[in-house]
Amino acid sequence: MSTSALVSRLEAACGEEYVLTHPHALATYGSDGLAQYHQIPVAVARPGTAQEVHAVVRACYEAGVPWVARGAGTGLSGGALPVAEGVLIALSRLRRILQVDLDDGCIVVEPGVTNLAISRAVAPTHFFPPDPSSQIVCSIGGNVAENSGGAHCFKYGFTTNYVVGLEVVLSDGTVVELDRDAPGYDLLGAFVGSEGTLGVATRIRLRVIPVPESTRTLVAFFEHTSQAGDAVTEIVGAGIVPGAIEMMDRLSIRAAEAATHAGYRLDAGAALIVELDGPEEECTARFDHVMALCHEAGAQDIRVAKSEDERALIWKTRRAAFAAMGRIAPAYYVQDGVIPRTRLSEVLARIDELAGEYGLQVANVFHAGDGNLHPLVCYDAARPGEPERAEELAGLIVRACVEAGGSITGEHGVGVDKKRYMPDMFAEPDLEAFQRLRCAFDPHGLANPGKVMPTPRLCGEVPGPYREHPLERAGVAERF
Amino acid sequence: MELQTILAARPATFEAAASMLARAAADGQTVRLRGGGTKLGWGAIGPESRIELCTGRLNKVREHNTGDLTAVLEAGTRLVDAQEQFATAGQMLALDPPLAGAGAASRSGTDLGATIGGIVATADSGPVRHRYGAARDLVVGMTVALSDGTISQSGGKVIKNVAGYDLAKLFAGSFGTLGVILSVSVRLHPVPAGTATAFAADGDPEALAAAARALAAAPFEFDALDIAWKRGRGTVLARCCGADPLRRANRAARVLQEAGLDDVDVTAEDDALWELQRAGQRSRNGALLLVSARPSALAGVLRAAERCGGSVVGRAALGVSYVEVEADALEPLLAALPAGASGVLRDAPAEVRAAIDPWGEQDGTALELMRRVKARFDPAGACNPGVFVGGI
Repeated sequence: MSTSALVSRLEAACGEEYVLTHPHALATYGSDGLAQYHQIPVAVARPGTAQEVHAVVRACYEAGVPWVARGAGTGLSGGALPVAEGVLIALSRLRRILQVDLDDGCIVVEPGVTNLAISRAVAPTHFFPPDPSSQIVCSIGGNVAENSGGAHCFKYGFTTNYVVGLEVVLSDGTVVELDRDAPGYDLLGAFVGSEGTLGVATRIRLRVIPVPESTRTLVAFFEHTSQAGDAVTEIVGAGIVPGAIEMMDRLSIRAAEAATHAGYRLDAGAALIVELDGPEEECTARFDHVMALCHEAGAQDIRVAKSEDERALIWKTRRAAFAAMGRIAPAYYVQDGVIPRTRLSEVLARIDELAGEYGLQVANVFHAGDGNLHPLVCYDAARPGEPERAEELAGLIVRACVEAGGSITGEHGVGVDKKRYMPDMFAEPDLEAFQRLRCAFDPHGLANPGKVMPTPRLCGEVPGPYREHPLERAGVAERF
Repeated sequence: MELQTILAARPATFEAAASMLARAAADGQTVRLRGGGTKLGWGAIGPESRIELCTGRLNKVREHNTGDLTAVLEAGTRLVDAQEQFATAGQMLALDPPLAGAGAASRSGTDLGATIGGIVATADSGPVRHRYGAARDLVVGMTVALSDGTISQSGGKVIKNVAGYDLAKLFAGSFGTLGVILSVSVRLHPVPAGTATAFAADGDPEALAAAARALAAAPFEFDALDIAWKRGRGTVLARCCGADPLRRANRAARVLQEAGLDDVDVTAEDDALWELQRAGQRSRNGALLLVSARPSALAGVLRAAERCGGSVVGRAALGVSYVEVEADALEPLLAALPAGASGVLRDAPAEVRAAIDPWGEQDGTALELMRRVKARFDPAGACNPGVFVGGI
């Protein structure tokens, strides 16, 4: 099928005005939240209904053209980066809330609905716990693809713990219903977090839970991150599971304070935000205990939010940390690694050492409960070679996380950015097993190719004789 | 029909397990997998195999990282043994299926108890699924052997990780049909400081379901919220854990009272109540159907069970019910279930299992995709063939 024939098919599927082919229009979709990668697709299709998505995917299949699904484009691993010869399917028009059913504790939505809109739709009695920092704009379809987390997932779990049903379009245009409780393989569990490489979800059923009765929030300041780390270990060791427990280091405190003027201590080496939520009596009993443990760990100062406004300011300051880095550095590279929480001091020391070697500043923001580190590597793009050095340093940090027994990504995903680190974490037989799943869902490799796996690979036919794949013919990929 | 096993392999290492599986597959043989042997009657009856691979010697807790609340368990580790070790640090794996706790071995009259591999492979769970989720939600990494001898790992040892595909979820509940689970990394939780249970009874399924719904919507963070039904009368049970469980249980009791239920009570000596709930998930002589339905269909499930002379235990807020009936009442029970409910037969006499498909009707498209997954992971068809949905 020629490009123009494909575009006609797409136009027939979604309507002419919703298929973009002009270079200026396409440029808008060239990157997601990770702007250093940019790629112009052949066309952008903006279907308005699930049926239109099915038709678009079907058209791509018949043309043998790869495609990438995109939600709000806030991803930080290049997962929604278009492929040059392919179609970008933008799901932003699918933002209907289809059903709210609080008797069954669930909500059914289209993939373009924002994360925050879900909690709003079930308020004031219920909420949807996964809360990525971008929750005002990021879409639930993207959350499903990335298995998104957020500050509250140490207690409440990740997107994968809340998805109970999906309508998925496979790359051959087949529509399949995946239900968490249906007998058979947990294909739904395999799909969530697959970064758009197994298909595209067009309808999402989610579990929502009752809003906690009580919420208590404090921020404790320490001289050193190691003391804050000790406090976290003591709190968790005491059997307390905070709703959120977040740490910021000296540099990120400075940046965030400059943005929000929340009155954070600028002489502190670490700020630890602890939020307890749950039943009244549980919260009250635990909160005093947490204060005592923070004091014992050497807290210089503890501030307790006395009102919802004060609580909101604590969180605003925490959420501002990323964007506020712009105040102390012209540019920065956000890293996302996970370590066993008990290795925190050692890994932070290693990051300090590496930062010294590279002559760059690294600020650390940390989901402390689950060991998810977000080092922000600051650099100045105007200085020759510095962006490259920053990226190299970010890579060494991620390797330090893996060496400590952790992971290359806790919530941003592998996408295009981290696939080169996959072999640090997974051996060839592990990657080969991943590919088996990929091939079962998408034997032709049309759904978001070039992501997640470190090297392009093709699927052998099962069963049947060998046939040359178009990508193989073009020399783009080889068979493993 | 009893299977004639010729060879029972008990590998002591991952490598030995993988190579036994690969050799059998290369010879065109099929392999049956066995953990603690507590659920061998589940699933369909597959074709006879001559080789049984037992995980009994893969029984070490490889890691218990107390500070990180994680552990790595070999598949043949009995859950009861692992829990004993975790308890020394005030921790637990929040999975409480039947035949996996202290006393399980003596009750079954053998030295066996459910292993972590078997529990994960069958996706078995117990009352605390309400709070902590099922096996799939607690397993953060997995090592498996595939039928070509490959040993592969997915996930990791940290509780938050999105690198690579979540193959642990695919293998959880796969009944050994994709490969052999060799070990799992799990997330642990603190053992609650105290527990207390509020409970109340009624003879009206609607009243029980409404009370359960009111509790499910309350912000009490129950560890478990269950229903039980037998001979025309049922109970709602809500377990509170943590700092002041009795006070919270009393608040729950008030909700039950307001819902109009009878015999409202609260007890801190609640272990026996929950052991009964677990026991109700298994049937020695009858047929046990695992019913999945929307929580709002709970009253319908209770009525169906009552009509067929059955008894029920279940997770009221999750829509998961275990219905036990006499074997000859199974067909009427399936017909009486509310619309949208599906049933999977678990325990049943062999002749009953042989006569029907224990998995029930499947959606054709999803089943086709499952067949493709099976073909990719076990192209030789060596792993536990015929026991799973659609004859996989």
